[in-house]
Amino acid sequence: MRSKKWSWVALVFAVALIAAACGDDDSSTTTSPDAPATTAASGGTETTAAAAEALRIAVVSPSSETDLAFTQSIVDAVNVIAAERGIPEENIDVTENMFNIDDAAAALRDYASQGFDLVIAHGSQYGGSLEEIAPDFPDVSFAWGTAADTKGLDNVFAYEAASDEGGYVLGVMAAALTESNIIGVVGPIEVGDAKLYVDGFVAGAEANNSGATVRVVYTDSFSDVALASEAAQAHVAAGADAMSGTAQMVVGAVSVANDEGVLWFGTQANQSSLGDIVVASQVYKWEVILRDILDNIDNGVLGGEIYVVDLENGGEVIEFNDAYDLPADVRQLAEDTIAGIIDGSISTGG
Amino acid sequence: MSDFFTEAILIATFASGVRLAVPLLLASLGETFGQRSGVLNLGVDGIMLLGAFGGYYTVLKTGNVWYGLIAGIGIGVLFGLLSALISVTLLAEQGISGIGVYLFGLGMSDLLFLKLVGTPTPISKFPKLDIPGLSDIPWLGGMFFQHSVIVYLAFALVPLSTFVINRTTFGMRIRSVGENPEAADSLGVSVAGVRWATVTIGGTLAGVAGATLAIDLGIFQQNLTNAQGFIAIALVYFGAWRPIGVMLGSLLYGFVNALVLQLKTLEVIPPDLSNFAAMAPAIITILALVIVARRFRQPTALTKPFTRGT
Repeated sequence: MRSKKWSWVALVFAVALIAAACGDDDSSTTTSPDAPATTAASGGTETTAAAAEALRIAVVSPSSETDLAFTQSIVDAVNVIAAERGIPEENIDVTENMFNIDDAAAALRDYASQGFDLVIAHGSQYGGSLEEIAPDFPDVSFAWGTAADTKGLDNVFAYEAASDEGGYVLGVMAAALTESNIIGVVGPIEVGDAKLYVDGFVAGAEANNSGATVRVVYTDSFSDVALASEAAQAHVAAGADAMSGTAQMVVGAVSVANDEGVLWFGTQANQSSLGDIVVASQVYKWEVILRDILDNIDNGVLGGEIYVVDLENGGEVIEFNDAYDLPADVRQLAEDTIAGIIDGSISTGG
Repeated sequence: MSDFFTEAILIATFASGVRLAVPLLLASLGETFGQRSGVLNLGVDGIMLLGAFGGYYTVLKTGNVWYGLIAGIGIGVLFGLLSALISVTLLAEQGISGIGVYLFGLGMSDLLFLKLVGTPTPISKFPKLDIPGLSDIPWLGGMFFQHSVIVYLAFALVPLSTFVINRTTFGMRIRSVGENPEAADSLGVSVAGVRWATVTIGGTLAGVAGATLAIDLGIFQQNLTNAQGFIAIALVYFGAWRPIGVMLGSLLYGFVNALVLQLKTLEVIPPDLSNFAAMAPAIITILALVIVARRFRQPTALTKPFTRGT
């Protein structure tokens, strides 16, 4: 009987750990251990008669397309591109919530075998799968991000974000607006895009206000909303009156910021809808690089290039929340910082 | 480290531990009823997720947190009944059927969120209730008596559950069905009826736990529970199938999580050790499980379907 009991305990913990681990599986993105769901992206408002001849684009991503973060940023970008190029809605397909890498690999292979022209593997954890799949489909172009490596494959583009740049600008703004001189950051896992953003934010805050204390907490989870909420509570208890954070779970932290009247600085997607305490957000505009990628495909180049979105090429923009009454001097400070990063006079330390 | 031993930080840390413990406490109390009668329901997390979405969506549409709580109760009852049908009447293997309920809840809550809401949108939260007289006690008042109403209700369920299980006829039937269903059946106790009731209680409290989590956070996101339902099941073992033990386990898990977060915030735990510190709640709970639960015997008929005459 005892062995039976402990086998149940082991099973329970195994499932709990698997579920938790899946939530933390992504090294640079937000994740959600959810059931797979395939949906057509909205957009591509004009359905042309030549739909069958138009480009077909597929996205495989680890979290929800409405996560106000990583996945939403690429889906929004594909929709922009579709509208620009008149790509009909039926030629765009998104498979979200692919926290499981094996499931993602199956989806990537499926899209390639269906003849999609561009298959976007939106998650750094998909690199290993892509290395196996892409050589089997030499006529299909793959885009993989965030990553700075095409794996030496001629039909793979890589893309990443210089998220430290936007982080730096937002850090400068936070340092200018804080009255307590204590700023809190809620991060997921200290790797990849999240670490780059957090490091940039801290550098910007410290550069603009040497008296400011910036405290960073990594919850070690991309998906634990409750823990992000409590991390924000801890920051508030420690005196923070301005906070930032990255990844899908930050909605919990923003909720605390709303309750406590603490300023919030967002990243990856525009988070202004979460409340008027959101001062500004760094937003990824992946369409900047998608345009180049599609132009390359039109010219017969299916991969081999590495792209970076940043403030200079417009792939990253700072979007201010109209509902927040931002002082003109801080707005100007942000604009000057953006200009300084673009012209190279300001280094983010990244 | 000296920053930690200030009134504000200590109060915040303990209060955080209590908040983190509440969904676990509600779900594990419910699961205690089921397990004491011999039914293991691994679908707790799925029911929590459905309760969380139902509660969230109801508050989003009505603005009334109590309607949200009622929605969580309704969903919990519904899926408790469904779980009972599968495990008790249809005699399905409890572990596998529970995983099925979990996966259904995971996928369905995600799908409904995507189709009905789309983008995370803030909602109202439970109102806070300062307990007169107690909330003014230095230190302790802020830690334990300045919470939302649902926190007090959750902890009030502990003595109530203890009373029901140990002091009532229904509780005696639960225990007898969990220990020796054949003997209980021979004495005229409806084994299936008792198990239907306990599994439904478990489902109800799981739904309440989910709704409480969503409404207390004021937001919903896919997989909001982040496997808390499975932790709750483990805490039933930790608590040796007793409500008071379950409460202590939930508080331990919540407090360790809160302590680690606060120490990381104050940089007492350096960022380099963040990953190791994050494992502390699970490791401590597992160690406690090993030490505590081995001293107690689980309900003899746990996980065993009952069929008269077999």
